[in-house]
Amino acid sequence: MLLGHSYYKNNDFLFVDIPGTYSIMSYSEEEEIARNYICFEKPDATVIVLDATCLERNLNLVFQIMEITDNIVVCVNLLDEAKKKKIKIDLDKLSKKLGVPVVGTIARKKKTLNNLLDTILEVCEGKIKPKPKTVTYPKEIEDAILLISDKLKDYKVIPPKLLRWISLKVLDGDEKILKSIEKAFNISLIDNVNLEIVKVKALNTIKNQENLKDTIVSSIVNKAENICKDVCTYENTNYSKRDRKIDKILTSKVFGIPIMLLFLGIIFWITIVGANYPSEILFSFFKWIQEKLILFANYINCPAWLSDMLINGVYQTLTWIISVMLPPMAIFFPLFTFLEDLGYLPRIAFNVDGLFKKCSCTGKQMITMCMGFGCNSAGVTGCRIINSPREKLIAILTNNFVPCNGRFPFLISIATIFIAGSMQGFGASIVSTLSVILVILLGIFCALLVSKILSKTILKGMPSSFVLELPPYRKPQLGKILIRSIFDRTLFVLGRAISVAAPAGFVIWLFASIGINGESLLSIIANFLDPFANLLGLDGYILTAFIFGIPANEIVLPIILMCYLGGNSLVNMEDTFSIGQILIQNGWTILTAINVMIFTCLHFPCATTLLTIKKETGSLKWTIISFLLPTICGIILCMFTTFVYNIFV
Amino acid sequence: MENTLNNLPLNHKGVIKSLNNTGTIRRRLLDLGLVKGTIIVPVLVSPSKGLRAFLVRGTLIALRDEDSSNIKVSF
Repeated sequence: MLLGHSYYKNNDFLFVDIPGTYSIMSYSEEEEIARNYICFEKPDATVIVLDATCLERNLNLVFQIMEITDNIVVCVNLLDEAKKKKIKIDLDKLSKKLGVPVVGTIARKKKTLNNLLDTILEVCEGKIKPKPKTVTYPKEIEDAILLISDKLKDYKVIPPKLLRWISLKVLDGDEKILKSIEKAFNISLIDNVNLEIVKVKALNTIKNQENLKDTIVSSIVNKAENICKDVCTYENTNYSKRDRKIDKILTSKVFGIPIMLLFLGIIFWITIVGANYPSEILFSFFKWIQEKLILFANYINCPAWLSDMLINGVYQTLTWIISVMLPPMAIFFPLFTFLEDLGYLPRIAFNVDGLFKKCSCTGKQMITMCMGFGCNSAGVTGCRIINSPREKLIAILTNNFVPCNGRFPFLISIATIFIAGSMQGFGASIVSTLSVILVILLGIFCALLVSKILSKTILKGMPSSFVLELPPYRKPQLGKILIRSIFDRTLFVLGRAISVAAPAGFVIWLFASIGINGESLLSIIANFLDPFANLLGLDGYILTAFIFGIPANEIVLPIILMCYLGGNSLVNMEDTFSIGQILIQNGWTILTAINVMIFTCLHFPCATTLLTIKKETGSLKWTIISFLLPTICGIILCMFTTFVYNIFV
Repeated sequence: MENTLNNLPLNHKGVIKSLNNTGTIRRRLLDLGLVKGTIIVPVLVSPSKGLRAFLVRGTLIALRDEDSSNIKVSF
């Protein structure tokens, strides 16, 4: 949950952002968190933010929350969007019908937000006493509620407000909710004989017991529908026409999937082209500082080994990662967030669900893979959107099959050197983008295949039911996108990478500097791995670099170059041409390039992702499996290409 | 005429008669307001088949054919 402070009229507000849900009756984790917070943490006021463009559906939530708290402020947001769609909402009437204060807001207009703060303040201070008009159920259910709540009154710990709601939950026997109530008040509700007797008696008065839940939900839904009819006027009944037109194109049988690939391609292309210059600037900036640092170290008579370790080891690895990672991420994440805010991501899931269903998975997995393009660790966390535990686990295990931002620059460099070859400028960037997309499609294909194999073996199961909401398209707010993508995503991921890069820089320096009989530990390891690496069409240094790249994939190429040049510090990537020369001199062929690209896409996850997987699955076993799956795929594929290459060449 | 939701032709209005889904999906559907008497219209078909999007209570939700075949509608 996110916390936020706000000072307004000499009052300090603490806002707790609880997960956005449409209901608090279902079983998802978010709904449970939201429900328990409102119910048991006793907030001074609960602000329910509704989308003015789909008020009816949001009102269900208001009625559910009314049953657990009185201090409600309803905030009808996106009034500007509603106006565009020619929906008029009578807020005063809505307030009267609900019995709680209603404030209309347009999030980007500060004045409307001050109205909201004023109302919240008045509710907190008790100047406004909301009297929620809760839903009345059919008489037989109301009678049953009364019977049970009479019995529950014996428990003095239960706040009077919650009696009715808890009675309702006892009646429909919702164990999960009842358990959290038991825990909060330290009482017994489920295995309570006295209560059970009353419950049986109460249930006997209800004719249609089997559909009790349906009746309860229907009462709420119908009430929301009626209120909406009363307070909303639609001047244009076809207000969603524009959205349907866009949807017809974006999800069309012929264009749906090509458009999706085109969007991703454009994002990658902009990232590739746009990241070059800032990367170079950062490189030369850090290099300049490095020279000054060396001068400074000499000036204070710092021992040579120490300055070498700190400057050429730790500092250089650190700044290398920042220069390579920051620009593409600072471009990719805002672009991706733009697609997200536009409402396009659920359409991707809609388009490809059939493919994933064939592998006993869900189309939502594709959304988590798209997040993985930014950062696999973020993608793994994103798997929480998948409800079925089995499908969620499959999505977590296969997320690393799509290359993240840390691996893109490497893929792009190799593609530029060996595939785009002598091409220049625009053409070269298109060819590199296309070959990177090809590698990505290969990764997605492998992910699907592995998902299918998992579903048939260790994670047996059928594709589960699922509901996918396709929200209305929205004009994204650029400021919001920048803040969210730069602070929440880019800097967050970068910070994590930096925290592992510094120690990694130290370790790499150590392995490159310490040696036996003049041979560094690094090359001893590389020579040991060489025979196996040759089977994969790689060499020992490349494989060693991948292993040392576990802390962060960005440093794989610099380690390879460092090994080839025989130094003990990372090499600055000043231009791709000279890198190409070094690689070719060390025996790289087109096969090496292809296999390195395959292996970059398909190998063990980085340390951060592994830690995230451990956290999300809570199991060492699945973490190890997530390590092995892509590695085995990469090894098999590389062996295959080497085998084919050796036959024909 | 009465049929299951997966057989409701594109852009045809249907009225929900009953829900035979079970478990979590049933709750989700009820939460989304798919109760008896609700009007529902299929408007989009997924290019990869097996999934359709329905307009219901002003929102657009996609369901797999396996799930929509458990919803009875009249049209």
